[in-house]
Amino acid sequence: MSIVVCVEQRDQNLRKITFEALSEGKRLAVASGKTLKALLIGSGVAHLADELKKYGVDEIAVVDNEALAVYTVESYAAVLAAYIVHETPALVLLGHSAIGKELAPRAAAKADCGLVSDCIEVSSADGDYLFKHPIYAGKAIGSFKVAGPTRMATLRPNVFPIEESEGAAGAVVDFAPEIPAAKVTVTGSEMSSGDRPELTEADIICSGGRGLGGSEGFKLIEDLADALGAAVGSSRAAVDAGWREHAAQVGQTGKVVSPNLYVAAGISGAIQHLAGMGSSKFIVGINKDEEANIFNVADYGIEGDLNKVIPALIEKLKEVQ
Amino acid sequence: MKIVACIKQTFDTEAKIVVGGDGQISDEGVNMIVNPYDEYAVEEAIRTKEKDGGEVVVVTVGGDKAQEALRYCLAMGADRAFLINDPALVGADSRAVSVALAKLLSDKEAGFDVIFTGKEAVDDGAAQVPSQLAARLDLAQANVVTDCEISDGKATATREIDGGSETLELTLPALISAQKGLNEVRYPSLPGIMKAKRKPLEVLSLADLGLSADDVASKVELVVAELPPARKAGQRLTGEVDEVVAKLVQLLQEEAKVI
Repeated sequence: MSIVVCVEQRDQNLRKITFEALSEGKRLAVASGKTLKALLIGSGVAHLADELKKYGVDEIAVVDNEALAVYTVESYAAVLAAYIVHETPALVLLGHSAIGKELAPRAAAKADCGLVSDCIEVSSADGDYLFKHPIYAGKAIGSFKVAGPTRMATLRPNVFPIEESEGAAGAVVDFAPEIPAAKVTVTGSEMSSGDRPELTEADIICSGGRGLGGSEGFKLIEDLADALGAAVGSSRAAVDAGWREHAAQVGQTGKVVSPNLYVAAGISGAIQHLAGMGSSKFIVGINKDEEANIFNVADYGIEGDLNKVIPALIEKLKEVQ
Repeated sequence: MKIVACIKQTFDTEAKIVVGGDGQISDEGVNMIVNPYDEYAVEEAIRTKEKDGGEVVVVTVGGDKAQEALRYCLAMGADRAFLINDPALVGADSRAVSVALAKLLSDKEAGFDVIFTGKEAVDDGAAQVPSQLAARLDLAQANVVTDCEISDGKATATREIDGGSETLELTLPALISAQKGLNEVRYPSLPGIMKAKRKPLEVLSLADLGLSADDVASKVELVVAELPPARKAGQRLTGEVDEVVAKLVQLLQEEAKVI
C-alpha cells in the first residue's frame, strides 16, 4: 500500500508545503512500510516530476491535461478522487493551504474517505495512524483516528521539516481520468504586489496592532519586515480599525501561522490573537505597556516605544547582515 | 429564489476550553453562539432575498439547544428553519453532517438556487462541510468569499487565495462559503425576535429524511482532546534602546538561530 502526496503547484511552481508534505510522507512511509507516491495535476507540469524525486518518491502519477491549466476545486477534486479510487492508498496528504483546505474535503466526499484537516502531527502505529489537529483555534489539541482503508489529512504549513531523501525509483506514470465539464470559470485574479512572502508560508512574520496608532504606522512594520525578509501580519484591532486588509489578520478569526520568528509590535496579546500565532517557534514582543499579555508568551520582550525600538532594530539588522 | 443558509451552533469564541475526565471537550456552562462565519452566510442570504425576492431557509445539524441558533437566524430575517437532530448524529464528523444536509437539500427541500455557508466553524476549524456538501450535491462552489453578486442564473464571487484573490463565475445552483468582510452582519430587531417565534422550525430525525444510522456513520473519531502546553514568558530585555536591539539581534542569531 502507498502514501500519496497531492502536489500543489501554482503557475508551474511547486509550493513549499508540497516539500513539507513529501518529507512527512516519506517519514511515515518508512515507519509504516509503505511506498511514497506523488500525484501531480495540471497542464504542462510533467517536468516538475524531477524536483519531486529528491524527496524519495517511489512513483509520480502525472495528470497533464489542458483542461487543468487553471485550478478549480471541482476539476482537481475529481482527479484526486479518481486517483484515490484507483490506488486505494493508506494515507493521502495535502497542504492546509487555500487550495488544500477545499480540495481535500471535496475529494474526500467523492471518494468517501475520512479526513482530518490542519494537522500538526501524524504518527503511525500498528498499521493505523493518529492525527493531531488544533481545535477551538488552538485552545485544545485533538487526537483523531480515521476509519480506513484510505485516510486523508491536510498538513499545517511550516510545521513539518523538509528533508531530502535518496534511493527511491521516482518512476513517472501517466494517469488520465475523466475530467468533468466546468461549472465554474475563473474570470480574474489579483496577487498582492511586492516581494514579501505569503503569510502562512513565511519563516518570519512582523505584525502590528493598535499600538501603531494608524495605518501609517504600518510603514514601520513593512520596513522591519523587509529588513528581515518577512511577511506582514496584523492584529484584529488594526484590521477592525481599517489600517490593514483582513487577509493580513492573524488570530482565531484570521490566519493561523507558525513561523520560526513572530515579531508582535504594539499588539497586546489577546487570547484570540495568541490562538493564531501561539505555535510560532520564537516570539518577540514589543510593547510600551509592561503589563501587556504578549510578554507572557514572548521569548524576548522589549518594553518600550515601538517608534524608537523598530528603527533602531532595522539599523542594527542592516549592520549585521 | 430559494436561498439556503447552513449554520452551526458553536462555543462562544471567548469560551474557556475544559477537557472532561473522558478526554472530550466539556460544554457545561458554555455560552453558545451562531458560528461567526455562518452569520455572514445568513446575512448574505437575507440580502440576496431582499434584492431578488424569494425565501431564506436556514438548516443545521445539532441537538435540542441548536434551536436557539436557528431562532436567532429567523430573527435576523430568515423565513423557515430545519434542525436535523438524531442520537446517531452525536459526535458526527463532517462526512455525516454533509450526508444529512445533502439528503435534506436534494429531497425534501430540493430546488434551491444558492447555498451560503461560513468558510469554517471556529470550533473544529476543519472547513470541510462546505466542500463535502458541494461535492455530494455536485454543485459549483466558491470558498472564502469576500464579495458576491447574484444575477441571471449566475453568481460572481471574489475569494481569498494564498497571496491574493480571484474572481469566479459560477452557474447556479452553487455553494458560496463566506469569509469575514463579505458584509456587515445585522443584529435581530425586537419585532424580528417577536416574529421569529412564530416562524416555522421543523425538527427532523434521520428516519424523517429517509436515512439510516449506517448512512451517516462517521469515519473520523476524536480519540482524546488535551490542552496545549502553556507557553512560558521568556526574558525581558531592558536598557537603552541601542543596547536592547543589539542584545535582541544577538539572541535571534545565536540562541534562537532564526536570522
